This record gives sequence, C-alpha cells and structure tokens, in this order.
Amino acid sequence: MITLNVNGRSHELDVSPEMPLLWALRDRLNLTGTKFGCGHAMCGACVVHIDGQAARSCSIMTGEAAGKSITTIEGVSGKVADAVIQAWQRLDVVQCGYCQSGQIMSAITLLTGNAKPTDDDIDVGMEGNICRCGTYARIRQAIHEAAKALV
Amino acid sequence: MRVNLAKLHAFDSSRREFLKSATVTAGAFVLGAHVSFPKEALAQGAVPQGVFDPNVFLNIGADNSVTLISKHFEMGQGVATGLATLVAEELGADWSTVRFEFAPNNPKLYNNLLFGPVMATGGTTSMANSWEQMRQVGAAARMMFIAAAAAKWNVSAAEIEVEKGVVSHGRSGRRATFGELAADAMRAPVPTDVALKPAKDWKLIGTRVPRLDSVAKTMGTAVFAFDVRRPGMLTAVVKRPELFGAKVASLDAAEAKQVDGVVDVVQISTGVAVLATDTWAAMRGREALKVTWDTSQAETRSTAEILEEYRRLAGGQGLPAASRGDAAGGLVHAAKILEAEFTFPYLAHAPMEPLNCIIEVRGDGAEIWSGCQLQSIDQLVAAQVLGLKPEQIKINTLLGGGSFGRRGNPLADWTVELAEVAKAIKGRAPVHLVWTREDDLKGGFYRPMVLHRVKVGLDSKGSIAGWQHTIVSQPIFVGTPFERTAVKNGVDHSSVEGVVDTPYAIADFSVDVHDAKSAVPVLWWRSVGHSHTAHVMETMIDELAQLAGQDPVAFRLGLLAQQPRDAAVLRLATQKAGWGGALPRGRGEASLIITRSTHASPWSPKSRWPDRRSKSTASSPPSTAVWPSIRMSSLRKSRAPSASRSPRPCAIK
Amino acid sequence: MKNERTDARTATVIIVGLLSATAVMLWPSGSSQSQTQAAGHAESLAAWEKIAAVLQHPRCLNCHQPDSPLQGDMRRPHIPHVVRGPDNHGVGAMRCGNCHNEMGNNVTSRTPGAPHWALAPVSMLWQGLSVGDLCRMLKDPALNGKRSPEALIEHMAGDPLVGWGWNPGPALEPVPIPHTAFVELMKVWVAGGMACPT
Repeated sequence: MITLNVNGRSHELDVSPEMPLLWALRDRLNLTGTKFGCGHAMCGACVVHIDGQAARSCSIMTGEAAGKSITTIEGVSGKVADAVIQAWQRLDVVQCGYCQSGQIMSAITLLTGNAKPTDDDIDVGMEGNICRCGTYARIRQAIHEAAKALV
Repeated sequence: MRVNLAKLHAFDSSRREFLKSATVTAGAFVLGAHVSFPKEALAQGAVPQGVFDPNVFLNIGADNSVTLISKHFEMGQGVATGLATLVAEELGADWSTVRFEFAPNNPKLYNNLLFGPVMATGGTTSMANSWEQMRQVGAAARMMFIAAAAAKWNVSAAEIEVEKGVVSHGRSGRRATFGELAADAMRAPVPTDVALKPAKDWKLIGTRVPRLDSVAKTMGTAVFAFDVRRPGMLTAVVKRPELFGAKVASLDAAEAKQVDGVVDVVQISTGVAVLATDTWAAMRGREALKVTWDTSQAETRSTAEILEEYRRLAGGQGLPAASRGDAAGGLVHAAKILEAEFTFPYLAHAPMEPLNCIIEVRGDGAEIWSGCQLQSIDQLVAAQVLGLKPEQIKINTLLGGGSFGRRGNPLADWTVELAEVAKAIKGRAPVHLVWTREDDLKGGFYRPMVLHRVKVGLDSKGSIAGWQHTIVSQPIFVGTPFERTAVKNGVDHSSVEGVVDTPYAIADFSVDVHDAKSAVPVLWWRSVGHSHTAHVMETMIDELAQLAGQDPVAFRLGLLAQQPRDAAVLRLATQKAGWGGALPRGRGEASLIITRSTHASPWSPKSRWPDRRSKSTASSPPSTAVWPSIRMSSLRKSRAPSASRSPRPCAIK
Repeated sequence: MKNERTDARTATVIIVGLLSATAVMLWPSGSSQSQTQAAGHAESLAAWEKIAAVLQHPRCLNCHQPDSPLQGDMRRPHIPHVVRGPDNHGVGAMRCGNCHNEMGNNVTSRTPGAPHWALAPVSMLWQGLSVGDLCRMLKDPALNGKRSPEALIEHMAGDPLVGWGWNPGPALEPVPIPHTAFVELMKVWVAGGMACPT
C-alpha cells in the first residue's frame, strides 16, 4: 500500500510503486485536472507540485511521491496561485485548455522562485510546457501581469 | 477541416446511391452529398435558414442562468463563446449569467446550415452558418419574455424593455428577472418573424467578451473525453502495425493477459486491443503483446524513397490544374529566372489531447462520450459497426483538447475502433479507447508529403513574365465520397488550392499536378492545401521581389491591383507591423507572411506571431499554420524566416 | 669479548640481510626496479585509453556539458530544453528532479533516474577535450571535486549516479564494459601513476 498526500488529504492506494503518479491521480483518485499529453516528460500537461516543486507526474513514480506533499491544479492555492489564475482568466489565455493546468502549475513555480521574471526567464522556465493552440503570447503576458499583481 | 465551398454544390442523393456506399465511408458520403449551401450564395448575401426555436438552443434557469445549447464543437477556437455572444446580444442577457453546454446529436435541430441535415463543425463554417440563426434565437426569446411579461402584468408589449437579464415596464415600475419569467416565457409561442438589432446597437458583438470556458479550464474542472468515468469502464489501447497497411499475422496474448489489471485482448480491424481496469495497466499489457504482421500490402518505403518517387513524378507531365497565357513562352524571353524546389513532410496534427472516446452499449442502443467534431458521421459509423440504427446512437460531445483537422476525419477512424472494441467484448462493459502520444504521431492521417517545383521569369522591368508550377502530392479527396465535388478533371483541389486561385495577377501561368500513391493515410490539416502552398507562393514572391530589386510589400501590392480586399488586408497588416520603419540595432530581419483564406470569413490581425528578435511582428491569419510545430522557444533561437537573400532551391524540412 | 662482537656482527648481518631483502621487495634494485616502473606507466596509459572511452560514452558525457545536458544515444539536445541553474540541478519548473526519479529509472515514461541527478559541476566539462586533456582534468584535485586518487576510485566504484551509467534502463545503451572491469582499470591507472597521454 502506498500513501499519497494529495491536496492536503491522505490516500492509501493499492498500486505498484512504479505506477506513474499521473495515473494514480487520474484513475485512482479521479483528479482529472492533471492531463496526459505525452507520458514522457516532454509536454508539461501533467505538471503538479511535489513539496512545492513542479514535477512531471507522468515521470514521477508513485513510490517516489509517497509521503511527500502533492498539490494538483484542483488544490493549488496561495497568493501566487491566485494571481496566476486570475491573470489567466482576465486575459482569456486559454483556447482548447488541455495544456493549461500544466502551464499554470509551471507558472506558479516560476513566479514563486522569481518574482520579476524577464522574457528570457519565462522562456527558460516555461520551456517544457507545450501549447499546440499557440497561446504562448498570452501566457507570457499573463505571467507578467501576475508578477505585477504580486508586487 | 477546410472544405472549399466553392466546389461543393447541392444535389440529391438517390436512395440507390446511398445504399451503395453502405460501408464506414457512408458517413463521409452523407457529408459530401448534402453540402448544400454554396459559397457564392453566401457571398451574395443569401443566408442559410434554420430552426430558431429558443427551446432548442437555450436553457434559462430559475437562477437566471442563460445556457446556450451549442450545436458546434468547442476545440479551442472559441465557437461556443461566439455563438453565445450572438444569442446573448439579441436576447439582452447579462453576460455574467451566460453558460454553454453541448447539444445532443440531432441533425434535424442542430445541423450545420451550410451542410444540410448534418451536424458537424469545420471548414470555418460555424459562425458563418450560425450568424443569423443564433441571433434569431436570441431575438425570438426576447420577444417571448416580453410576451410573457406583458401577459403577466397586463400591459402592452411595446412598452416593455429587456436589458441585462431584466424585463421591465417603465410606466408601472414592474420588473422581473429572466429566472422569474422563464417558465412562462419559454412556453410562449415562438414568433415566426423576428427583427434583429442594427449594428449600431450592439453591446456584445464586436467587443471582447470573456470566454465562457476560461474559468473551468484554469481551475482543472473542464471536462474532456479523457476525464469521463463510467461505472465498470475498461480502458483499451490498441497495438497497431509499424507499417501502414500491414495486418495481424499472428497473436500471442498470453503474457499480456498476465499483466496485473488486464482483462481481455481482442483483435479489431486496425490491430490488437488490450483492455484493462486502468490506463497504465492497459499500456503495460500492450507492451507484453507478441504480434507478427503481414506486410505484403503495406507501405514499406522510407520517407526518402517516397520523396524519390515524388521527384520522378515531378519530372513528367502532370494533370493540368491551371493554365492561362503562355508561361513557357514568357520564360524563354525572361531577363531573369528564379527556380526553386520545396518539399514538405508528412505532418501530424498532434492535438494536445490524444484521441480518445468512450462507449457504453446497452440493450436499446449505445452512448458515446467524445470530443466529437462530426457527430452525424460518428453516429453513422458506430451504428454500422454495432449493427444498430443511427438514431440508437447517442453522442455526448465534450470539450476537445485541440483538433486542427484530426477529429474531422470523415472516415471516423477512432470511432470505428471504439465500436469494434465494444463489439468484440459484446458490449459487456463501457470502453474507453485511448491513443497514446506515440499512437497519435505514428497513427497516420497526416497532411500529405508535398513537393513543389516552381520556375518564374522576370522581364526587364521586373514584372513576372511566366510562372510554371508543378506540384506532387497525395490526394486527400480522391477515392472518398468527397471526390465528386472536390476533384475536378482529376485534380484534387486540396493539392493545389492557394496556387491555382492565387490573388496575385499572373498572366502567363501554368500549374500541373501529380498524384502520388501510398498506403499512408492522409487528411486535411488546418488550412489544408494552404499549409504548403502559402509558404511556396509567398517565398517565391519574396524572392522575386528581391530579384527585381523591389520592396516585397510594394511588389505584392502591384500584383494585387485587381484584388482590393486583399490589398487592403496587406496594407493594414504592414501598417500594424510597422513595416518600413527602422529596425532597432541588433534586431533581425522582419518578415511578413500573409495567406489568403479562400472563405468569406474576414482575416483577423489578432493572431500574432511575435518574433522578439525583430521589432515588427509577423502576422498570420488563424487559418494558416505554416510551421505549427515550431514552439516559441525555437522561434526565439532561430533566425526569423525572412525574405531570402538569393534565389536558391530550398527544402523545407 | 669475542663472543659479544660475533653476536653483534651476526645480528647486523641478519638485520642488514632482512633490510636488503625488504629493499629488494620494495625497491627493486637497479634495472629490475625501473622495469616495473616502466611497466606501471605503460599499463597506466593503456588503462587510461579504456577509461577515457567510458568517460566519453554518452552515459557519462551527456551530463558533463557546459550549460545543458545531451540526451540519448543520439546525444541530441535534451528535450525539453533545460539549463544548469545556480546549483547544477536546473531552474524553476525545469529542475532535474522534477522528472528524474531518485528511486531509479521510470520504465513507463522512459526517463532515467538515479540519486542526485544533475549536470556535472562546471569544473568537470569533458565535452570536446582530447583524451590527454581529459586525463589531466580528471586527476587534478582543483577540478575533480578535490578528490585524491583513492577518492577518485571510490567515486567511480560507489557513487550511484556514476553507477547508473551501467543500468540506464531499457531504452539506453549501458557503458559497454562491466563496471567491475572499469573500477579495475581505474586502479591500474592510479597504481601506474595516473599516466596521461600528451
């Protein structure tokens, strides 16, 4: 049995420690906000926070995440999260929306570590989050706006 | 899916013809047969008529919520918000109370008015076909609210106003919200004639209204097909061959069935499906399958070998696609000649949400959950596979995580697989068919590989003196029910659009096309032919301008003298991009790529493609995706695509 | 009195004899000593050639890069693009541990994993070095993490991230010679004086 602490709640799961955290979240805990885009840590749709750090749940094994504090898009909160999500909504960043849970989780991590990111910082920090609809320009704008709101 | 409406005209399909195509392509046939509203009519101001009973398109709750029942599929393009805007404008709703949900698959009520009795989204037709209809819905509903209030308050309807969800009678001071009147209003007779607001009175249309799905998509609550759960659901992944056209020769499922969570292994037309109690188990089960393949009918050539065949074809005489003046003669006398070869790869759509759908078979029919773009087709193919009547198939449309053409497959390949899996397990459990990213990228239905050879001459004045153009491509419409409308004299329009109908005035022009054959399945990909022709045409024009010593914008405007609308678009874009201004030190070349939509829908400068290396932005219309797979970071690192320095054969990888 | 001198002389002979014997063992006298030294040096050099081949294998070299790791047997740029960051462990949402599990390789996602996954320190940039320069860099305590020769052997023998090179998971080619053989080569190289080609 593996104990996962997700969004502040503890869950005992009868799963293999090798099961990617993504599938434990989606298929066992029914937390479907975190998405499957590639399964190989290349697209960023699966980003969650583990002990406050962004992590790609498709590549982190359930055994690795056991006992740590996991936060998904459904449970993320705080000043930075609020600012990011509000900026995302104000600017209507989303189009199809499938990548956006991961974008937002990565952006929260970026802003938590860097309160005033430059465009280059955003490029580097958001590098691993792909958007096939091409919302990158608005993502960048929203991160800048969230940064301003947090000042 | 980009259907050139100019090529489609109304005709009646005879019953015999319909029965002849009783295969899974019948769906496509239905679509092809019933496209009934020609583009020319639209351009002349004719308006497709449809049902505008508000009860069909609106749910108004006691809580004042105004829910649009959207006949079109939302895959990120914003159509749900767009349709809702039209309704809300005429209705007089408070935008903050507006929601949307997807309509059930009923082609009588929710059809695309440009396609006839077919429920489908695509070809840039959603707003065009709904423009009048949705406003009529809102206007009719407004009249019904007024009628209900008039009856309730015993006052004249002419004295009643509706604004932001409130119905009021000034003289008596009576007011009621939509919620309070909804029950009565929605039961009132639907007016047969409605007056629409003049543009000067618009409060929502033409403004930027907040997207209706932004909140859900930023909170993780938006529901895609991948997120649907049905009791007892099994997840299925399919092992498909590495070569297109290969078939299962032998199957050893023993090891796969040993994998924890795997419940069954069944063979379907495209390969072998593994069913399990969760997604990860199904993926692991598939890895344990042992399958050998019969490749005797498969495409075994490599990309390089296929390209060699393209080059060989290009050397011969192709089918004439366009011919005017004397291109050959012009070239003989040209002062300068520019020759180039362009190659384009097979291109996957790769929407962020890999294809997936769910089916639940019951005694009286089957229910499907899917990010469904062509409901009428999916309904038909599912029915055929399961041996049911189309009306026994209920489709629940969910938000789609992108499409770019992939979900608009008239062969409904993924729905066929879904139904086949369900049939193979005798419908004993709901099935979630899941494509992994590898399945998606290797799964075919690509934008075809294309080769262009272009030879253009300039006279001593720097004008185009002759343009010879050869295209080799795999036709998309040939061999499908669309063939009768989209293929003329053997020329598949998807291979040549953007070239044969170029707005640039080229007097001596010849275009020929060669059809390459391959078992690699191909499909329209956002903007279809323009996905390659735009790049070729614009690059050639850029290089010709260079050769002629002219500014590329001025060169183009010279060629657009007979196309005032295109010229106006070009002027606006260059003005917005600051073309002609000095670039800051250390910045790269600016470039401007414009392609022309073949549709009546106006090009929007809103879609920007900023290159931070240059001050100017390169703008391209939403319907164009020249290099869609290049992410912003790659754009940042590489040189901006620019007017070439010297004419040279170029290969686009 | 004659007995005491004889006893002392005998003792001296025995002691000198013992010392001589020891000297012969530890410091081969004359030509036999320089032969062993020469053999040690040649063996060390030969061992180094094989060690260098390991260090230049993608499993090692991919992370001994200036700013961004390489990936796979194809040594392509790492996808998604990641950078070193101030602590060699990446930056922000793209830190190494965000995808590379401490507990080991992830066979589902094909992401390799090992404890303290990171880019090698900047002092250990091996890309583009000649075999000789690589050798000189490896034995220099100022560049090799202040490691003595013994510590260097211990690092190659016992560090789990180094050891990962031999157990990279099903999608990657492991270092082609056995780990035990590699450690032996390190010992031979060290014993022979850490010889470096020019």
